[in-house]
Amino acid sequence: MKYLIALIIILNLACAPDKPKVTEEYPEPTKSAPEAVITDPTKGIGAVKNVTLKNPLEQERISRGLAIFEMKCSACHKLDETRFVGPGWKGITSRRKPEWIMNMVTNVEVMLDKDPEAQKLLELCLTRMPNQNVSIGDARDILEFMRQNDGQK
Amino acid sequence: MKTFTRSIVILALIGFGVSMNSCAPKGPKGAITGDAASKVYVAPGQYDEFYNIVSGGFNGQMGIYGLPSGRLFRIIPVFSQFPENGYGYSEESKAMLNTSHGYVPWDDLHHIALSVTNGVHDGRWAFGNANNTPRVARVDLKTFHTAEIIELPNSGGNHSSPFITENSEYVVAGTRFSVPMGDKTDVPISSFKQNFKGTISFIGVDKTTGNMNIAFQLVTPGVNFDLARAGKGPSGGWFFFSCYNTEQAYTLLEVNASQKDKDFIMAVNWKKAEEYMKAGKGKKVKSKYAHNVLDEKTNMTTSTMMEEVLQLDPTELKDILYFIPCPKSPHGCDTDPTGEYIIGSGKLAALIPVFSFTKIQQAIANKDFEGEFAGIPVIKYESALHGEVKKPGLGPLHTEFDANGNAYTSFFVSSEIVKWNVKTLQVLDRVPTYYSIGHLCVPGGPTAKPWGKYVIAYNKITKDRYLPTGPELTQSAQLYDISGDKMQLLLDFPTVGEPHYAEAIPANLVSPNSVKFYKIEDNGHPYAAKGEKEARVERKGNQVHVYMTAIRSHLTPDNIEGVKVGDDVYFHVTNLEQDWDVPHGFAIKGALNAELLIMPGETQSLKWQPKTVGVFPFYCTDFCSALHQEMQGYIRVSPASSNVPLKFSTGKIETEGTGAN
Repeated sequence: MKYLIALIIILNLACAPDKPKVTEEYPEPTKSAPEAVITDPTKGIGAVKNVTLKNPLEQERISRGLAIFEMKCSACHKLDETRFVGPGWKGITSRRKPEWIMNMVTNVEVMLDKDPEAQKLLELCLTRMPNQNVSIGDARDILEFMRQNDGQK
Repeated sequence: MKTFTRSIVILALIGFGVSMNSCAPKGPKGAITGDAASKVYVAPGQYDEFYNIVSGGFNGQMGIYGLPSGRLFRIIPVFSQFPENGYGYSEESKAMLNTSHGYVPWDDLHHIALSVTNGVHDGRWAFGNANNTPRVARVDLKTFHTAEIIELPNSGGNHSSPFITENSEYVVAGTRFSVPMGDKTDVPISSFKQNFKGTISFIGVDKTTGNMNIAFQLVTPGVNFDLARAGKGPSGGWFFFSCYNTEQAYTLLEVNASQKDKDFIMAVNWKKAEEYMKAGKGKKVKSKYAHNVLDEKTNMTTSTMMEEVLQLDPTELKDILYFIPCPKSPHGCDTDPTGEYIIGSGKLAALIPVFSFTKIQQAIANKDFEGEFAGIPVIKYESALHGEVKKPGLGPLHTEFDANGNAYTSFFVSSEIVKWNVKTLQVLDRVPTYYSIGHLCVPGGPTAKPWGKYVIAYNKITKDRYLPTGPELTQSAQLYDISGDKMQLLLDFPTVGEPHYAEAIPANLVSPNSVKFYKIEDNGHPYAAKGEKEARVERKGNQVHVYMTAIRSHLTPDNIEGVKVGDDVYFHVTNLEQDWDVPHGFAIKGALNAELLIMPGETQSLKWQPKTVGVFPFYCTDFCSALHQEMQGYIRVSPASSNVPLKFSTGKIETEGTGAN
């Protein structure tokens, strides 16, 4: 087989001296761009730089966050400490910065490839968290729901 | 056919003996010269320049290929069930194949028509025809799914279809077989002349949704309609149909329908017909036909049985129809990009007549008729004729165009593509095809704005082009470069089914709109479980509905008990993923219909009828993650008389059951 491939290459070179040209340039499918500089590693990587949290909790966000959790997250995350497919959510808002959480939810591919903390979780769970196409606004709602789940008022 | 094919092979061999060089393999493998390989090479990670949407013929499907690479990307099931994704088997899609005759699982798709705006491809929809049980389908090019199928009453063999007007106002469907219709259908076959009629259906296409309806049917004399093209530009209000069997034979058509020296091109003033329709001149006729529509929100297909159709009678309503004599059983009937020239291709002819729209209009104005056929005026051949292409080849079939005033005609009998100039009628070049070309395609070739660059031959005979695979072979297509004066063979590529007509469209008119997944928030399926919280099992009499979710890498619920022999179990599986290209599959032991393939955010349903007591496994069939093999579950089936309660769970560890209940 190797000889055959070599032969084909030689034949190709002999017959078609021109370098194979690329037919048509086409824009890459849009991906979240990885951040070049990680300013604060504890905030993760992504579009979310600064989150302002309010107290008391924003009730409207909580109910929206709960609905998104039930639709897109609950198949893998439990609300207590137990690890299911992914880690349990109890205590997450004290373990992680709000920015880290929202970047993890909205920029998961890059986080799993580049962020050391996210990579530790991948090693633990061995299942790549899927991109559930959560918008930044929705991620903020989820965060508020997590805060409530952690007993914040 | 055999002798004929053999002679073609011999001809091809002789042709290639001359041009063989050290690079070209011996035998009838084609004369590739120069940098052909680099012209079809699409580097890894790069995209093709065109989508080639190819009819599948007797497989009832459309194939999606890339050009210039010739790579097959996808098969779209249209008129046939498809085991790969459950189309035609799943509860949602079954209704798409419903007809007035009941469920038809397999049909024959011959021609493609891509939607156009101002005569130019707009990349929205691809239409296809069912040739056997007459129907037209619309495929949505955002999802590459069959979105709608409409049946055609009073038709027998929908061959002259689905050609399209220059703003996609209408898709037409001309019957190949004339048939008796109305109240009088139980008649002797020998009463053809008296009782058999043809119909041309004009299917209206909604500008926004693409939804189809039969706007009106023209009732025509009993002949066979073969192919058609809409006019464009100056001829935009007209349609042209080739017809054969003007002998009105009903047996041994091979001989009896080849008696006359000329059959007809039928010119239809559809704008006039539309005026009559709007003026209420049509007659409503009782006719049963199915209209099947996919609702993208719910992923459910609804089949509605229609009861009547509006017919127009051109023998009473004047100035709609005219016949133009055309030599030797015309097949292809193609209009050039300017809309001025109409090319008729007689299957048995050795010349190509080119008609002029301007001359046809003059002849009609001057009543330059040679007589009537069944009450319809017949225009004098010479009065309509722009000129004839002399000695182009044998057996012209179809013609496509480039943007430089050239035509490309396929010749079945002499197995070649001939390039000629539409105005001067001069033959410019010819290339052999392997073997016996049927249709051909230039990107944008039937439109007002051909994209050019390539012509593709879709051949009827494959023989020795590829490694043999027993008596059944793949089909053979060839790609030629037409950017220069001479056509240059670049590539052989295999195609599935039996391609008839195909169209090619620049990728950038389609790919940016391609749907990547369905938003779970927008899933309106009545049995969707939008999140694991909604996953459940419900019993309604002997129906058991399982609202199941799938996400990497588990199904919920994955333990189900309380199902009994004799139940109809419906698995409604919702894929909770929200990322591109993460389908999940579903299969259960003993399913007599199929499996499911569920796209992200979508719900699909499989009906399962357990016949015996036991515990049955089910699992995900589409490799989805490292733990795909773990994505599985059990359903327990108890005797019809048992009292095992209905229950379901995922991840719940119970104290070990004893087998007592």
